[in-house]
Order: sequence, then structure tokens, then C-alpha cells
Amino acid sequence: MTPTLQLFLIISAALFCVGLLAALSRRHAIFILIGIEIMLAAAGLNFIAFWRFAPPPHQPTGVMVAIFAIAIAAAEAAVGLALVIAVYRNYRTTNVDELDQLKG
Amino acid sequence: MSSAAFIVIAVLTLAAALAAATLPKLIHAALSFAIAFVGVAAFYFLLGAEFVGLVQVFVYIGAVAVLIVFTILLTRRDPEKDRGFNWGGVVIALAVFGGLLWSIFETPALAVLAPTIKPLTVKQIGLTLMTDYIWPLQCVGLVLTAALIGALILVIEEKS
Amino acid sequence: MADRFPSRQVSAAVDQIFIQAKQWLLAWLAGAPDWVMQLASALINIAMLLGFFLTLFAAMSVLERKILGRIQNRYGPNRVGPFGLLQPAADGIKMLIKEDIVPARADKVVHFAAPILIAATAILALGIIPYGRNMTPFAIDGGILFFFAVGSTTELGVFMAGWGSNNKFSMLGAMRAIAQMVSYELPLIITTLPVVMVVGSLSPDAIVTAQGGYSLGFAPRWFAFTPWGAAAFILFFISGLVESNRTPFDVPEGESEIVAGHMTEYSGFKYATFFLAEYLGMFAISGLAVTLFLGGWQAPVKVLEVIPSYVWFFLKLSVLLFVFIWIRGTLPRTRVDQVMNFAWKFMLPMAFTCVIAAAVWHYAGRQLYGWLWSLAVVAVVYFALSRLLDTRRKFAPRNYRFAE
Repeated sequence: MTPTLQLFLIISAALFCVGLLAALSRRHAIFILIGIEIMLAAAGLNFIAFWRFAPPPHQPTGVMVAIFAIAIAAAEAAVGLALVIAVYRNYRTTNVDELDQLKG
Repeated sequence: MSSAAFIVIAVLTLAAALAAATLPKLIHAALSFAIAFVGVAAFYFLLGAEFVGLVQVFVYIGAVAVLIVFTILLTRRDPEKDRGFNWGGVVIALAVFGGLLWSIFETPALAVLAPTIKPLTVKQIGLTLMTDYIWPLQCVGLVLTAALIGALILVIEEKS
Repeated sequence: MADRFPSRQVSAAVDQIFIQAKQWLLAWLAGAPDWVMQLASALINIAMLLGFFLTLFAAMSVLERKILGRIQNRYGPNRVGPFGLLQPAADGIKMLIKEDIVPARADKVVHFAAPILIAATAILALGIIPYGRNMTPFAIDGGILFFFAVGSTTELGVFMAGWGSNNKFSMLGAMRAIAQMVSYELPLIITTLPVVMVVGSLSPDAIVTAQGGYSLGFAPRWFAFTPWGAAAFILFFISGLVESNRTPFDVPEGESEIVAGHMTEYSGFKYATFFLAEYLGMFAISGLAVTLFLGGWQAPVKVLEVIPSYVWFFLKLSVLLFVFIWIRGTLPRTRVDQVMNFAWKFMLPMAFTCVIAAAVWHYAGRQLYGWLWSLAVVAVVYFALSRLLDTRRKFAPRNYRFAE
């Protein structure tokens, strides 16, 4: 089958849901971050797919948004991982279920 | 656009992403996460956005994946396996997938084939970045600087 | 004038001989569908590339030891074959028949995949370099970015090697290697920025053609002969030394420090793969340096243009590889903190000044005014940095005691 836009969107939806699965069903903080990164990549794929299948006149908007999304995702990964390291230093655990000191 | 390439890349990406989400050992998950991003970059190449594909490989695999494996190394405890898998997350993910599929199939305007376009050169991307998108570019620079400083402050150990 | 035409045709024919050979081979598949032709063309490119570089790797492994030996006032290997030149055959056989030992508690998949990944990225990086006129294996629009994207994937392979061995020395060595490689990636990439900025394109072919022509009739317009280009070339070369883990920056594989770093638990063919990956990385970096700064396959003087373009590329590549070996034989190993200081305190500011100097040179219209100003920028920043980072005052003066 020649790939239509629907097919690309289904793939990116599937990728997004796999990322959601990783973010929701794992207890290790780093797994959750991996899930978030996969979700961001799926969204970028969505943007590029729409850019490619757009009718003329052809704007480069999709490509621009994807580039910025990659840059922001890298920054967010760096800060998130720094947080995980800082939390590990203080609580000696990366299991997010055990980080419940503010629980009322 | 070749459909054989599409099927191969799609299978690779989804399998690697599923492996990243479900493998018990953390390092294996991180490495299959890198493979999933190779797959996404291959999708970008297939769609004709080569520059974005190269930036994806560069940033995600060269930087984010290395960051993740370093963090795994620095926060290790025995046993290394992740304990517990929350099956409620699977239900929610499947429900979201169902919802997205429904909305994709409900929209008839999406069943289009790829129009032939002029390939997007790096020169055009550079021109657009420097003219139409100059403010987002400067803001992204600021965000990256802030993230760099913030990450350093979070992990720096005070020499007391 | 008329008698020069046949020789010009002959030299043009010799110049394109590999292209003609490939077209002749592809003519055998004349009636095949499009994708078969593309696949066959790509496979021929890959085969020629691999054939050439694996032979060069074998030759270099023995030549390096002979040159190092001569620098150290001894013969290199001289037993196998005339002047020891068949040594690679003996080395190859030895590596292949050695027992492949994998540590019992090592992670089998990761341990196996690491050398393959590192070698694969090194070979991928070789694909975008223009080796002669019309002789780029894979000419893509963002070639330089491809080179760096693939080069940054090497770090993941190094980490896999260190972690998969289940050995604390390997892990430490891998972390040191990654720290070093990540720190020097920045100067490496920023020193290519002036070239890309002046040429206006990321394609290596465009960069080589932009260095064509001769100013004043005899001086080639290579970027290494401009003030900012010379500084950028030296910085790029030093960063290339670090990226391929060569002395004086071979802390990750220094035998006296950390056994063999991330390669400790590898034996036989896998160790040979690491070795291959290091040399291919060296070839790739030298090839890119030749492309970016030394004019690629262009001849230095107009009369010598009869010599084919790939011969010029190979000669320039050989000079750079000789300098790699020469530096290895001359300089001692640096300490890990010295390496990091050098990268972040000296090379990064100098790389930024190269960008500024190139901008000054380009926007002053490349006239004498621009040359002098860009030279001034580079010189001022260099002297300022060397004053600021002067460490001589931190150490007490040496007093020498001799036996009486």
C-alpha cells in the first residue's frame, strides 16, 4: 500500500501510546522520562507528516516546529535527568512510588 | 515513497519503542530507545525532511541517549530491575490509542497521497529560521542556556 | 598549444577512471528497474570504499609501527615479508584465530554489539567525503551534519563496550572516554562553522568547489591559507586527535593507567574491530579536514592539475596521517583534567574567535583590509588566552640536582 497520511498518523499515534504506556506503567523515574521523550518524538513525526502531505503552497512550518521541538526536548531531558540525580542523592531511591513525603 | 521501506521502518520503530517501554532491565530499555529514534529519523528521511532526520540522530541519539545511560549509571542500586509494572497504564494507553484511531478514521480529508514537492534544502531552512522564526530561535537559545545552568546547579556537589 | 590537448584529454580520462569503471559495471544491468540500479550503484560505491579503506588500514597498521620505530631509533616490524610490509597478514591471522573470551557475567548482547556499532559509525562517516572530481560516494545536502551526527553516535557504542564488560575498569575507562569525546565535539563542530558560513552550504562538494581557483595566478584559495582557516584547521586537527583517542589524548586506552579502558574485556576479532574503528575514525577526520581546509581534491598549482584528483586527495590524506603518527611518537600523554581544561578554557573560546574572524574576513569583501582584521582578531584572542591561562606561576621553579 502506498503510504497515505492516515497511515503515518496511525504510526505516530501508536508511537505516542507506547510512550504513554512507558510513562504511566513504570515506576522508575528514568523510564518515565524515556516515555516522555518517545511521546515528543511521536508528536514531531506527526508534524513532519502533515508538512509533507500538505497541499500547495508549501510552507516549511512543520519542519521548523519539529526542529524546535527536538531542541526543547533535549533541554527538558537534561533538566529532568538532573532532577533524577538530585533526588537519588537525597532519598537513595528512583522509585517514584516512594517519593511521597508531601502526602497528606 | 516506497511502501516496503515504510513497513520495515514502522515495524522497527514500534518494536523498539515497545521494547523500551516493557523491558525489565533498564540499560536494555535505554538502548532500544536509541534504536527507536533511529527508526523515527528514518521516517523523517522517508518523508523528505533530511535535515530534521540528521538533527534527530545528532540530538537524541548522540546526546539524550548518552545522558540517559549516564544517569542510569549514576543512580544504580542492586537489583537493577524495575520492580512492578502498573497494568492500569496499559488500559489507559489502549484507550487513548482507540480514541486517536477513531478520530483519524473519522476525518476523510486525511486519506490523501503525497503530493510531489520540491525538496527542502538546508539553505531554505536557514533562511526561514533567520527571517520568519528569528524570535523563536532566540528564545530557544535562552531556554537551552537556562536548562544548562539549571541542570548544573541541580547536580553540583558543594565542596564543604 | 595544440599538442597539449591530447594530454589534457588523457588526464581527464584518468581522473574519471573510477566513474567510467562503475558506469561500465552498471551497464551490465541496463534493463533492470530503477530501484535495482540504485541498489547496485550504492553497493558498488560501498565495495570500492571498503576495499580502499581496509587496504589503507592494513598498510597503516604496519607503517605506523615502522615510523614510530624510526622516531624511537629502532626498526619497526621487519620480519614478515620484505621490510616487514606483510605484517598485516600475520596480524590478521593472529586476531582471527584467537579465542573469543566473553566474561561470564557480561551482558552478551550489549558486549557483542558495541564494537560493531563503533565500527559501523566510523564507516558511515567515510561515505560523504569527496575523494575526487565527481567521486563522492553519497552526496547529500547536509553532508557535514551527517558526519557529525554519525560521529556522536560513537559515544553510545563506547558506553556499551564499557558497560557490557561488567568490569569496573572498563566502566571507568568508558566514562573517561565519553567525557573526553563529548568535550571535544564542541570545538570540532564550531571550527567547521566558519567554513560552512563562508561557503554557504553544508555539502562537502560545494565546500571543495568553493576552494577552487588561484588568487594571484599561483596561490590556491584553500581555507587553510587564511588567518581564520589556519587557526580553525589546527583546532580541528587537535579535536580530531582527541576524537580518535590518539596520543597525546589516549587516556581511555592508556595501558599504564587503566589497562585498556573500555576495550579490556575484548579479545581476538572484537579487539581488532575496535582497532579498525579507531583507524577508520582517523581516516574520516583527516578526510574531512582535507575537504574543509585543504581544498579536497584540488591541485595546489595549476600546472600540476594533470595529476588525477583522487591522487591529490590521497597525498593530502597521507600527509595528515603522517602528522598523526608523528605527534604520537613525539608527545607524552596528557592527564585527564588537563584534557578537559584545554577543551573548555582554550579551545572553545578560540573556536568562537575563528567564527568571528571568518565573518570579518568575509564581510570585508576578502580584501587586504579583511585579511589584516581577521588576523588581528585571532592573534589578540590567542595572546589574551595564553596570558590568562598561564600556569607557570602556579608551580615553584625547578631546581636540578645532578650526581657529583
